[in-house]
Amino acid sequence: WHSVLYLHSCKGTKGVKNVPQTDVSSRQFSHDTFEQPPMYVAVMTYLGYGIVTLFGYLRDFLRAVGLEKCHVAQEREEQKDFTPLYQDFENFYTRNLYMRVRDNWNRPICSLPGPIFDLIERVSDDYNWTFRFTGKTIHNVINMGSYNYLGFAENNEDFLKTVADKLRQYGAGVCSTRQEIGKFAIHEELEQLVADFIGVESSMIFGMGFATNSMNIPALVGKGCLIVSDELNHTSLILGARLSGATIRVFKHNNMHSLEKLLREAVCSGQPRTHRPWKKILIMVEGIYSMEGSVVRLPEIIALKKKYKAYLYLDEAHSIGAVGPSGRGVTELFNVNPADVDVMMGTFTKSFGAAGGYIAGRKELVEYLRSHSHSAVYASAMSPAITEQVMRAMKCIMGKDGTTEGIRRIRQLAENTRYFRAKLKDMGFIIYGDDDSPVVPVLLYMPGKVVAFAREMLKRKIGVVVVGFPATPITEARARFCLSASHTREILDEVLQQMNEVGDLLCLKFSRRKRSAFPDACKGGQLM
Amino acid sequence: MSAECIHMRERGVDWRYRKQRSSRGDAGCSWSCCRGDNQGVPTDRAGRMSFKNMREYLAWLYYQYLLITGIYVLEPWEKSIFNSVLFSAIAMVVYTSYVFVPIHVHLALEFFSEIIDGQPESAMALMN
Repeated sequence: WHSVLYLHSCKGTKGVKNVPQTDVSSRQFSHDTFEQPPMYVAVMTYLGYGIVTLFGYLRDFLRAVGLEKCHVAQEREEQKDFTPLYQDFENFYTRNLYMRVRDNWNRPICSLPGPIFDLIERVSDDYNWTFRFTGKTIHNVINMGSYNYLGFAENNEDFLKTVADKLRQYGAGVCSTRQEIGKFAIHEELEQLVADFIGVESSMIFGMGFATNSMNIPALVGKGCLIVSDELNHTSLILGARLSGATIRVFKHNNMHSLEKLLREAVCSGQPRTHRPWKKILIMVEGIYSMEGSVVRLPEIIALKKKYKAYLYLDEAHSIGAVGPSGRGVTELFNVNPADVDVMMGTFTKSFGAAGGYIAGRKELVEYLRSHSHSAVYASAMSPAITEQVMRAMKCIMGKDGTTEGIRRIRQLAENTRYFRAKLKDMGFIIYGDDDSPVVPVLLYMPGKVVAFAREMLKRKIGVVVVGFPATPITEARARFCLSASHTREILDEVLQQMNEVGDLLCLKFSRRKRSAFPDACKGGQLM
Repeated sequence: MSAECIHMRERGVDWRYRKQRSSRGDAGCSWSCCRGDNQGVPTDRAGRMSFKNMREYLAWLYYQYLLITGIYVLEPWEKSIFNSVLFSAIAMVVYTSYVFVPIHVHLALEFFSEIIDGQPESAMALMN
């Protein structure tokens, strides 16, 4: 009986090869690529970090001796003999590397974060310790960093009419927590809509996406439970897991052998000293990992979870609305029954242009969370205007507003993703991740090149997000592009053209794959 | 409409809900296909880099050296310190190799030729 159930329910695994694929859009496995650079790149990266670290030691020495003014917080004279508060080694990296180059992060924006936006120009007179605004605005910068996958970050009056109505009706704030007096009828409507959208029984919404993870995982698991989490999970998942008090074990990224080995060992040996069986085993994965752009291997994980009787927590922050033929996320991408995933979590920040998160699943789970979640008891409920924005975005995607705008946007995003990734690979950059994910990390490796890349792209009026050491491994600094359905072909061509030039200028084309000669990117829209 | 390029028109159509601001910095279309100049390194029509003279090429090589060693992020006086230390180290290596390498090579050749010629000599001496 058990083996029949296994065969029946894991149609998507690699083991059952003779099941014909009924749907063109469903896939059996993910196509992740993580190409390795030539060896000299790693050597040069370490060399660069080493030299800057040496100079960091020199500057720290000068600061300690007093030859140089110390801009960082320092203890007072009377406290110098106490245990040191500030000059820890952990801050060494912040003081001596991040401060030198921090003009590439936290750039202030002064317009809507759509496909094109405006930046405030700021300069520094003392090597980035302080900034001042020159008063000028940099107009029409192409936005390749905002999480605006379906283009719902817009200020079109017609589309936002219902949101403005709700704002007029309810005001901006909720002034209460969910459990006390902050439950509005509009929240119930949205919860029902989210449950319909995903295809589960019921759902619950929260005001903040990060808090959805960190405040609800402690309500689901506790001491005596085991959390098996992917090594590249987001900080909110890690924080929630640590807060819960459960034992945490980590498996290699997207590696099913590592996961199976962990599960097998957990089921066989039980809890660490007493060897009692674990109360619960919860596998935590994400739909799309935002730093790699890789997609989770959902069918295989579901097969494993059924075999070892574990629960699955799927965080679809980046994948809901952005993947799948009708935007329903990774469950639709792999043609998996959403009821197989025990806890489905997602956020409204990325594809819906709002703020907040949701947890969806079976009715018993959601009812339990309504009374036991910290977020419901202590955090403010979602604002009505934001709730309406999520509702109108979701109705647009589902087609319930009577137009085909939603499906057009989803198709446009898929097309943009395929085009951009294919062209970048052709040019010779190393790109991580799956071919369908709208998150495109371009590997830059060396710290000098990371900084130079961000500055060059801003000179050419393209705003990119670059990520370095603490968020990524030390040798894999990257620039992360987030594609949007509101990027037109001309915008993408412009970005590709500039990437080509900057790639040649900075020597960033490390890929050793065979590729075709790159045709002129501007052929479509050029006047010459 | 006559002087506007395709990008300005497209901009009007696609971004109609963004108010068109007249900005001081933007004189017409700023996209690279329609601009006369190219910021940064000179490029030809196909987008490849083309250097007009040796000076530009050397400047680009210096820029690559700054990026690879990570000096690019340092302040100018730190760059000078590193460059002078590296230059003096290389100068010392060059001087030492100029003075000593011919002598070493000569000695090595002598040593090996002695072995090769020396062996038949001693074998013959033994036989005799």
